Amino acid sequence: MQYLLLIYRNEAEHAARSEAERAAVFAEYMALSKSLQAEGSLRGGQFLHPPSFTTTVRVRSGSVLATDGPFAETKEQLTGYFVVEAADLDEAMAIAARIPNARDGSIEIRPVQLAH
Amino acid sequence: MDVDAFTALYRAEFSRLVAGLVSAVGGLQAAEETAQEAFEAALTQWPSAGWPPHPRAWLIRTARHKALDRVRRRANFEGKRAELQTMAEPPADDDASEERLFPDERLKLLFTCCHPALSMEARVALSLRTLCGLTTEEIARAFLVPVSTMAQRLVRAQQKIQTAGIPYRVPSEAVLPDRVEAVLAVTYLVFNEGYAASSGEERVRLDLCDQAIRLGRTMAELMPRRRDVQGLLALMLLHDSRRRARVGPGGEAILLGEQDRSRWDRKQIDEGLELLEQALSAGPPGAYELQAAIAAVHARAATAAETDWAQIAALYALLARVQPTPVVELNRAVAVAMAGALEHGLQLIEALDRSGDLKTYAALPAAKADLLWRSGRYRAAAAEYDRARALAASTPEQRFLERRAAEARRRASQPS
Repeated sequence: MQYLLLIYRNEAEHAARSEAERAAVFAEYMALSKSLQAEGSLRGGQFLHPPSFTTTVRVRSGSVLATDGPFAETKEQLTGYFVVEAADLDEAMAIAARIPNARDGSIEIRPVQLAH
Repeated sequence: MDVDAFTALYRAEFSRLVAGLVSAVGGLQAAEETAQEAFEAALTQWPSAGWPPHPRAWLIRTARHKALDRVRRRANFEGKRAELQTMAEPPADDDASEERLFPDERLKLLFTCCHPALSMEARVALSLRTLCGLTTEEIARAFLVPVSTMAQRLVRAQQKIQTAGIPYRVPSEAVLPDRVEAVLAVTYLVFNEGYAASSGEERVRLDLCDQAIRLGRTMAELMPRRRDVQGLLALMLLHDSRRRARVGPGGEAILLGEQDRSRWDRKQIDEGLELLEQALSAGPPGAYELQAAIAAVHARAATAAETDWAQIAALYALLARVQPTPVVELNRAVAVAMAGALEHGLQLIEALDRSGDLKTYAALPAAKADLLWRSGRYRAAAAEYDRARALAASTPEQRFLERRAAEARRRASQPS
């Protein structure tokens, strides 16, 4: 099965970290990607720019309405994602638990609805 | 046909039948339906043909045939060749080998039903239905929700298992302790729900304590060397042994200290004590073993006056270390007071009361009232009983607290 692992973290907290700390987290992410690749479970993944660069779009009565910022203001924001292949939810949970931000933020696991 | 015997058979055999079918039919929901079909076939055939000599073997054989039909009907026939083989295979002409060859996969079922990705409500409902073989109606009645609500809860849970890929297997070593803990938590919740009968009248409720004990026995059978499993089963048996003594003829609650101990179930106590001994000899005790050990101190006391409160206070102090919750602290305070340090116990309760952690918990003012009563401060005790009554959820409990408040007032108005 394929799972989308949505990575949430507190961006303000992250920004408050020292350069060295942030570099260490980044290195951890790189290492994780590499091992997931080697294990054959990585299908994709990216970091996202912070919420301050986000635009939300809606089309209402034919007009495109754009607003600054994410759909919902929350303490933790979406900061990146992985798409992984896993045998079942337990395997997906085990991968999620290895994501660095699982320790201070949270990982949402969504099963991917594959087109048949 | 004997309906009670059939219900008993259903409750005893349903889980094993479902568990053994999951892999073959490709999912929990399909396995449940297949097992259901086998029982329906029994219901149509047995009344006229009579009960087969080996009902379990009959059910297994019928379920295997139903599973075969189901898999054949499905489009992906090719991919299922292996499963078809296993289902068609055991050429068990005799009932004994039919029973022997059918795998006992209940452990997997236990972990799937109690998977942490399911809500606690869903875990409880699924476990009762699939592992205890209760009907949706029975579970709905036990939890005082409409049948449609319970049916929906079960369907959603099964859909999540299927869609989110909740596995049907014994978890890996790395997560096993957490998962066993989750299974125990579900079982204990079912037990407490039955024990407290926290809302509504006790008598209309299905016996959830019995069901929890059955779950505990199944676990102890499947995981014989786990001391937390033994500890929880011991705990449940020891508490449940007081069942006949803890409610009066009018449905009112009777406190431990005032129970007729000859009405305690000795057989259940002996079983609980033996399990506890095994669990305690296996290593440092966890929360369930410690709670069972506390229940065991009560069970061993021939009269309330002979209760070894000092030991209970010491056990609560240990429990507070593995489970530092305000409820444990409250119980420790009571034990300290009962062990002789009445004022110290009262002080501990006062501190808890001030913290506000238990402000909706009836047991706090009730415990405070008991201790005030013991120290002769009846007026203050009556006020605390009133406070407890306002928080109490069940009618027997309310009635009991009312009586105590009235008696405390009577004593307060009398010159000593």
